[in-house]
Amino acid sequence: MSYEVPVAPGDKPHEIQFGGGGEHGFPLWEVFVRAKRGLNHTHVGSLHAPDAETAIQNARDGYTRRAEGVSVWVVPSIEIVASDDAESMFEPFEHKPYRHPTFYEIPEEVGQL
Amino acid sequence: MDASTEFENGQAKFDAIIAADEKIEPRDWMPDGYRKTVIRQMAQHAHSEVIGMQPEANWILRAPTLLRKAILIAKVQDEAGHGLYLYSATETLGVSRDELVGLLHEGKQKYSSIFNYPALSWADMGAIGWLVDGAAIVNQIVLQGTSYGPYSRAMVKICKEESFHARQGYSIMMALAEGSDEQKAMCQDALNRWWWPALMMFGPHDSESAHTAESMAWKIKRKTNDELRQMFIDQTVPQAHYLGMTIPDPDLVFDEETGHWTIGEIDWDEFWATIKGDGRLNRERITHKVKAWDEGRWVRDAATAYAAKQKMKPDKSA
Amino acid sequence: MTAVTTQNALATYVVRHADDNVVLGQRLAEYISRAPELEEDLAIGNLTLDHIGVADHLFTYAAKIDGCDLSGDDLVMFRSERDYTNLLLVEQRHDGFDDLIARQFLFDAYQLPFWEALSASNDETIAGIAQRAAKEARYHLRHSSMWMVRLGDGTPESHTRIQASIDRLWRFTSEMFETDALDREMVESGLGVDTSTLRETWESSVDAVLEEATLTRPQDSFQTSGGRSGMHTEYLGPMLAEMQWLQRSQPGMSW
Repeated sequence: MSYEVPVAPGDKPHEIQFGGGGEHGFPLWEVFVRAKRGLNHTHVGSLHAPDAETAIQNARDGYTRRAEGVSVWVVPSIEIVASDDAESMFEPFEHKPYRHPTFYEIPEEVGQL
Repeated sequence: MDASTEFENGQAKFDAIIAADEKIEPRDWMPDGYRKTVIRQMAQHAHSEVIGMQPEANWILRAPTLLRKAILIAKVQDEAGHGLYLYSATETLGVSRDELVGLLHEGKQKYSSIFNYPALSWADMGAIGWLVDGAAIVNQIVLQGTSYGPYSRAMVKICKEESFHARQGYSIMMALAEGSDEQKAMCQDALNRWWWPALMMFGPHDSESAHTAESMAWKIKRKTNDELRQMFIDQTVPQAHYLGMTIPDPDLVFDEETGHWTIGEIDWDEFWATIKGDGRLNRERITHKVKAWDEGRWVRDAATAYAAKQKMKPDKSA
Repeated sequence: MTAVTTQNALATYVVRHADDNVVLGQRLAEYISRAPELEEDLAIGNLTLDHIGVADHLFTYAAKIDGCDLSGDDLVMFRSERDYTNLLLVEQRHDGFDDLIARQFLFDAYQLPFWEALSASNDETIAGIAQRAAKEARYHLRHSSMWMVRLGDGTPESHTRIQASIDRLWRFTSEMFETDALDREMVESGLGVDTSTLRETWESSVDAVLEEATLTRPQDSFQTSGGRSGMHTEYLGPMLAEMQWLQRSQPGMSW
């Protein structure tokens, strides 16, 4: 449900402290599932596990309950390196239309090309 | 770039993404209020899934057939899974699951009040699936369009999985409605007890809801509490009639002009009391959860210790 | 309703193994929403569904071949404690994750070779159920072995606890390899498995895991049995009372 709980009159919602308390738990792993042979592994979410072997089993039990996969990968979340600054990284590629086949007008008589 | 320029650029980009109906992703700049609201909503949603396992787990052992038992186990297990997906989505914003679970245990973060009502008969397994999950699905289908990417993706996955939850509930109700007088009475009794709490799940009226306007502007929420509640009522009343059951509301009428069912007034005192912790089972639900967590500590410690030992071994670099 | 029992020998044999699975499934179900971590709740849900699922298939088949007027669920819900023929091991209570894992591990190490052997049954339906169950059991054994090793070689507390659980449950293990007249009849007709031949496989997989887990194989040679003839410990009755209550309170209804 959104299962959203409204703030009751007179109550104050708790302010989250980022990176604050809580027990020191199992590390976080990112989970990738290959839905069927011939497809790439796709990111589906994350889970907590003490080690790689457990993480693989947890991924199986948590993310393939409806036979969604034939293979899983798990990667420690802290090992993921992500790009930043989308503007300079990716926008320059938006302006190179000549890389796409539709850029070229070829007469129909030429046939398959 | 100084701080104020960075803020302005960030805000402008954020506004443009929201205006274009695109998704905000974890590493994007976002206003503090947005971050806090999304965390709060996702955490409450995750807690609700996990606490929501308890009323149904209560009936797994007494399920009348092996098939009904298996269905109920699969459903309760899905709730654990949905808790996992939602905690996972929340963690993309830099807050750990252990921290969130800690806040739940301390009563600093809440879960949906619906789970503070007791499941007293087998028919409640039907009513919970049909009404509680039914209400959840109405809400969650709309939430697939929420502006925070990981939340939206979790909702898509959850909606896909939950479509059987409401159906299995209604199928339990159908079996009872077609059964003995005792079974029919059980079915009506469950409807009587779960109808109003299910309507309360949508939250206070829009006029009383402090955060609705902001959440709508940020496209975290896509429909208001009253809109969603009305959708649920309109789809559910005919389903109750199909079962031959009576909705426990003497004021319920069909408005020919609007084409909607209108209901009597919700008992808002009960609603707020349950949120504030004075529902039938608020304390028991948390006690159950804390007990399981405390009793599992030695297991978590063992797994952590084992992993550390393996790392120290030169021949096992994995 | 008259006493609910099977008459046909094969049906009675199938029910034994269905009983093992329904009783263990019910025990595991008690633990749902109580696991040490969310991921483990999901794992235990899968174990439970596998055991309940195989039990359901076996009971349904037993009811069919018995030719009685009973359904699979009747066999589950209307047989009394003395008519249940499960192994004593699976009905043992767990006070925590230690007992749950130890019980699961000792049973998984037996179920895997059992289902593999039963996959060669002359009866096609039984062979089919066994083949599927063998795949499930392979994963169950992997899961329970993984936890045995982590608890055994984890902290001093976890080591002590899991060793105590193994010690406590050890006396119920020989029963898995006992055979009686019905077993022999089923073996001779090519329908069933001589479980006494599975002991060696069981011992070697148990020993290997205990060693990796730095645990000691219990020296106590005392063994107890009787489950196959309905002589149970005191734990089965209360479990059945809870499991069967709804059906027995309103018999003959559809649910």
